[in-house]
Amino acid sequence: MSAFRLNLRDGVGTNLSDKSISFSFDGKSYRGIEGDTLASALLANGLSIIGRSFKYHRPRGVFTAGSEEPNALVTLHSGGRTEPNIRATEVELFEGLVARSQNRRPSVNFDLMAVNQLAGKAFSAGFYYKTFMGPALRGHKATRFWWVCEQFIRRAAGLGRGTTIPDPDHYARMNAFCDILVVGSGAAGLAAARRVAASGVRVIVCEESARAGGALASSPDFIDGEPAREWSADQIAELSAMDNVSILTRTTVQGYFDDNTFFAIERVTDHLAHKDRTVPRQRAWNIRAKSAVIATGALERPMVFAGNDRPGIMLADSARRYAVEFGTAPGRAVAVFTNNDTGWLAARDLAKAGVIVTAIVDVRTDIEASIRVLGEECRATIHSGSAIRSVKGMRGVNGIVIATYNELTGELGADSKTIACDCVAVSGGWSPAFHLTSQQGGKPVWDTELQAFLPGDPLQKWHGAGAMAGEFGLAQAFRSGEEAALKALADTGVAMPKQAAKIGSGPDIDGDEIDYAPAPVFEINSGGKSFVDLQHDVTAEDVRLAHREGFVSVEHLKRYTTLGMATDQGKTSNVTGLAIMAAASNKPIADTGTTRFRPPYTPVAMGAIAGEKYGHLAAERLTPMHDIHVESGAGMYANGPWMRPETYNLPGETVEQAYIRETKAVRAGVGIVDVSTLGKIDVQGPDAAEFLNRVYTNGFAKLPVGKARYGLMLREDGFLFDDGTTWRFDEHRYLMTTTTAGAGRVMEHLEYYRDFVWPDLKVALASVSDEWAGVAVAGPKSRELLKVCVKKCDVSDKGLPFMGLVDGVIADIPVKIARLSFSGELAFEVYCGAHWGSALWHALMSAGRKLDVVPYGLEALSTLRIEKGHVAGPELNGRTTPHDLGLSGMVSSKKNFVGSVLLQRETFSKQDRLQLVAVKSLDGQRIRGGSHLVAGSKDEPGISQGHTTSTCFSPELGCYISLALLEGGYKRHGEKLFATNPVRDAHVAIEVLSHHMVDPEGGRMRG
Amino acid sequence: MRLTCPYCGPRDHQEFTYRGDATAARPALDNTSVDDHNAYVYDRSNPDGLHRELWNHTSGCRTHMIVERNTVTHDVVSCEPVGPFAEQLK
Amino acid sequence: MRYSAFAILKNALRGNRDWVPAWRKPEPRSTYDVIIVGGGGHGLSTAFYLASVHGITNVAVIEKGYLGSGNVGRNTTIVRSNYRLTPNSGFYEKSMELWRELSHALNYNVMFSPRGVLNLAHTPGQMDTHAERGNQMRLMGVQSELLDRDQVARLNPGLDVSGSARFPVHGGLLQPDAGNARHDAVAWGYARAADQLGVDILENTEVVGFLKDGERIAGVEVMRNGEPMEIRAAKTAVAVAGNTGRVMKMAGVDKLPIETTVLQAFVSESIKPIIPTVTTFGAGHLYVSQSDKGGLVFGGNIDYYNSYAQRGNLPVWEEVTGELIAMFPAFARLRLLRCWGGVMDMSMDGSPIIATGPLPGMYLNAGWCYGGFKATPASGWCFAHTIANDKAHRLNEAFTLERFKDGNPIDELGAGPTPWYH
Repeated sequence: MSAFRLNLRDGVGTNLSDKSISFSFDGKSYRGIEGDTLASALLANGLSIIGRSFKYHRPRGVFTAGSEEPNALVTLHSGGRTEPNIRATEVELFEGLVARSQNRRPSVNFDLMAVNQLAGKAFSAGFYYKTFMGPALRGHKATRFWWVCEQFIRRAAGLGRGTTIPDPDHYARMNAFCDILVVGSGAAGLAAARRVAASGVRVIVCEESARAGGALASSPDFIDGEPAREWSADQIAELSAMDNVSILTRTTVQGYFDDNTFFAIERVTDHLAHKDRTVPRQRAWNIRAKSAVIATGALERPMVFAGNDRPGIMLADSARRYAVEFGTAPGRAVAVFTNNDTGWLAARDLAKAGVIVTAIVDVRTDIEASIRVLGEECRATIHSGSAIRSVKGMRGVNGIVIATYNELTGELGADSKTIACDCVAVSGGWSPAFHLTSQQGGKPVWDTELQAFLPGDPLQKWHGAGAMAGEFGLAQAFRSGEEAALKALADTGVAMPKQAAKIGSGPDIDGDEIDYAPAPVFEINSGGKSFVDLQHDVTAEDVRLAHREGFVSVEHLKRYTTLGMATDQGKTSNVTGLAIMAAASNKPIADTGTTRFRPPYTPVAMGAIAGEKYGHLAAERLTPMHDIHVESGAGMYANGPWMRPETYNLPGETVEQAYIRETKAVRAGVGIVDVSTLGKIDVQGPDAAEFLNRVYTNGFAKLPVGKARYGLMLREDGFLFDDGTTWRFDEHRYLMTTTTAGAGRVMEHLEYYRDFVWPDLKVALASVSDEWAGVAVAGPKSRELLKVCVKKCDVSDKGLPFMGLVDGVIADIPVKIARLSFSGELAFEVYCGAHWGSALWHALMSAGRKLDVVPYGLEALSTLRIEKGHVAGPELNGRTTPHDLGLSGMVSSKKNFVGSVLLQRETFSKQDRLQLVAVKSLDGQRIRGGSHLVAGSKDEPGISQGHTTSTCFSPELGCYISLALLEGGYKRHGEKLFATNPVRDAHVAIEVLSHHMVDPEGGRMRG
Repeated sequence: MRLTCPYCGPRDHQEFTYRGDATAARPALDNTSVDDHNAYVYDRSNPDGLHRELWNHTSGCRTHMIVERNTVTHDVVSCEPVGPFAEQLK
Repeated sequence: MRYSAFAILKNALRGNRDWVPAWRKPEPRSTYDVIIVGGGGHGLSTAFYLASVHGITNVAVIEKGYLGSGNVGRNTTIVRSNYRLTPNSGFYEKSMELWRELSHALNYNVMFSPRGVLNLAHTPGQMDTHAERGNQMRLMGVQSELLDRDQVARLNPGLDVSGSARFPVHGGLLQPDAGNARHDAVAWGYARAADQLGVDILENTEVVGFLKDGERIAGVEVMRNGEPMEIRAAKTAVAVAGNTGRVMKMAGVDKLPIETTVLQAFVSESIKPIIPTVTTFGAGHLYVSQSDKGGLVFGGNIDYYNSYAQRGNLPVWEEVTGELIAMFPAFARLRLLRCWGGVMDMSMDGSPIIATGPLPGMYLNAGWCYGGFKATPASGWCFAHTIANDKAHRLNEAFTLERFKDGNPIDELGAGPTPWYH
């Protein structure tokens, strides 16, 4: 093929300006014109081989002029902006654009991988399933055989090459609401948009291409006396000026989700030479529409014939558009091959633009005189009742061989005639683009008259218009657009005056009147290699082989041959493939059915879907004292969404040295720790006590005002759910604290009981986790510290006994102080309004200066509670009950509560359950996290009898310890086992202990 | 999918937390039958069709509603308030 | 016809005209020894092992649509046995054992590719949890390695392992001999092999009711080509995944510890190899691998609500792609090609049910949540054993229907009886 640039004039190159643009392809510099797509510019430069096919690496040229392109895939840009598999037909040319061909070695014109073609017949559908199983001597070896082969196959497969350099661009999301969404701005979409806009409702119009107008842009027809293109431009300008209308161009509606939620991608800067990096590259639109008009047009499909994949063979309407819109002749001599009238229109328009059309080959014998005239207008030889037998030329088209064709039998005659041409423009009819409605599960219906699937009945509030709904032709498009508009308006509940609800006669149309229904011919079977799916190299023979092997259902056909699974999702190949399968099965196409389309309509950059969730923008929660921790040199650590200090390392200290120092300081003196991350729930109301009594395992009804109590919560199935302390501020007011990780789920749990189970209880809940800052002050000198700074309350043992609660003031900050201990030492938790958090921290630090107070982090917090035997997240793993964790005493037998009934199930009292113990290292070796408890040696450890849950070095015991869950553990104190950790290469001799390692009587914290 | 919160109006479903089958009713507090509790916790009719289910408007007013929804088509038939204030809305 | 490289060449020379259907399309007999309802991966593998291991060949597999139309052809193809709890690790390792030999056992290349499954860890605490699981695997004879950050980076060059990442990578747990397989091939391979042993695979045949002899299930009532018919059998097994509730209701079992939800799966455009292993994100829920064709195949959480629609909604798209890009920031420019949905039988503890009952004459295989693909061989193997012997095998004896009410869930996540959280 040798495509070339035509003489641009009125009606030729309507999309082009007069500005020349330079771009590069495969390292070579070329010139195009502003308004070109990369495909039209490459064609205009005479390039015919743009890509290589997936399987056989056959040379391929431009096949279409739109987003349905299967062949002309290129890689754009470089570095972190590398984009593989971009359709050249969709890329708007800009100055300096860099594109490369792909899936070829070494070059697109000479690809060594094309040797795959030699094995053509062997490389048929299902090839991989039947071989590479390897020698059948020993199964294990055989697996490796495939593994080895797979390495090579993987490298040969794949299309373009991605990058591992991060994408430097950013993306955004827009949430939009409208009354009516119009998808597509061709004749039908425009008619609908005009009609609904006039009623004043909010309208969004989405158009995939750069300019609104759809097929009107290249239509030869006149509307109201104006060329269609100009008429549509006026209409669009009028619409754009309306306040209630937004027209989004370069915006593809990709997905149709429940309740009329549409997902669209707007390409904001992709087409610009000088990109403003402060605006997003692409914007994802979530559009909620009360109703929608879907006017997405139709996609032309080819007929399949031998040699139909040669560069130079393209869809007829695309060939026409290249001439009219892009001023590019697809070849020096074009032969049109068609089974319908639109092929003739394409021929006529090509000729009008100055392209030589040598022949029109139509499989139909009877052709209307009005159509025949079109062929005569372009001085082409006309071959009706004929079809292409073969294509001459290896890397392009030199000519076609045609023969007489019997439409009824589908057989070719013995005659043959060669027609010289370098381009074949083929039309096999039109397939309505109902992808969006099919995503919703709408079942398409085969229309025998139109030889096309139509969208079928709506499952949501949408109305089809134009070619998408099988309403081909301009007049029909306008009428169906208006009809759809009225139905959509009715969905939105807008009252329409009677006059306005009438369908007008529409604009005056002066144009061709043709029959859009093709002859039911999909394939010319002359025995040569005929491609159905061009990108995946699925041939008509592959389809028949699938049939022979029993893969006859459309889904099996798709999966077995990979038909329609390439990056074009079979937009130009699905219907043809189904038709060939139907013919092979001797069934009507209607019975064969079609596969369901899946979102997105065209491939979508994942960055655009992620939108603002792109990269690392996931929410991060910081406590009010966060900056202080960072300034104090604490290593911060992600704990769920929270950032928490791990240890406050002194210079040169390791994490382990730091937490040991912090722990010792607490046990010997005093330390403070940020506990603001604990979940906090305000529980109020006359029935608050009763409510708490029902959700906790232990009694809460009699908790006195001014006291706190530790409580356990179960799930209904009897397993532990969460724990924490709850403080009674007042007769009807409590503050519940939860674990940090459990805050959200505890809140939901409580809300469930309040709303759904016991709505009769008068209780209100509010999450106040973020409203309070909390600091725990722990250690034998903690009271001393508080005495230095606390005013307006008594923190002596009498004034503030264990589990007591008082209001006070520290450095003018109103605080609530509860005497609670997680560490096992004398300790207090001090809470204040979140905005005072850092002031409180500073006040406590300065009050403690003389006492050598230390701030301590999560590691020391954890060490202190492990030594004490207090359980936390690792023990509350969703598989333990209070009985398993030595907390049976916390389970009231005097009341019913959430989980009380199922906790009584027999299995929970079994003696061999995993039970909480502590273990200590006997040989000084560190017990690493994740160890299992076994009886055997390192080499033969035996089965797991349990596992460690929380490990640390215990300064108190002077050795490594861990809490652990051990089968029947309560009765095994003193037993010697091993903590084995093969993935960390450790095997430590341990002794089982009671988990109450420090101060089991609790004298310290009560002191 | 869009749900209509009785308090806040129509919202995308991601504002809500799904809480499951609303026909699974907890036995009364004084009911200590293990069988009844087991049935409440584990037995689900899991219909293909209309399903009464609980949703909590967790990113909004944080109250529950009972949604009647078709599990095959995702059509939402109704959203009714539950909880201490439900009566006031009816 | 035996498949081999030789058969391919021979047939190619004859223009591929002599290939025969991979499995027959038989007319149903009136009686079988065993009926398996559900022509998905598990039903077909059950049929294969009934015939090949237990010599029970008078078996019908009854499928409502086309064979393999459910989750066996909709999943993200991951095959692994990196479980924490003993019943699971034993069972899934049996599956691994069968996977390794599967292509040979079936004379069908299921493209089992032991490329490694890597679970990332993002905190020291998560490294410990991974170690706990890795050690359990080792003690159960399953391969596992705990990798540090540098080892992870070497394995997956595109991963963001920088300290500045929102969820910095600390390391990961690798099961080196896990990987993936070609999902459709598993269904077709089992179907073809079972068919060759005499099993009747009845496609487009919908079970509309169960036959009863008193209390005992005695077969099924089906619709085939628009005609009702009865097919009798001494044993009727049900393996219908997301449709378990729907099918069991016909037998009079109105309630089960299962809820059906939809899981979406995603595939990107095809590119040259870029990630070698199956990789999972540890600070959310995302799993990704690259298919032999070159597409990144990935998925995350289910759409939480009950659903029988094979399609989901947008929030999961945003969540899943956000996590993918957090892991691999370079993938922001790669393009999503296709998303689809499958309906999942979420059990109350995230683990399956393979058991006799719940009615006499009946056998149930269900509750696979979204992990059923990797289990396909062991599920069929154990289910066949259970059907043949009227008793569970040691490997599936914990997977009972009664375990929930007995208080013995097999709850890997510890999420409790809330199916949509598993």
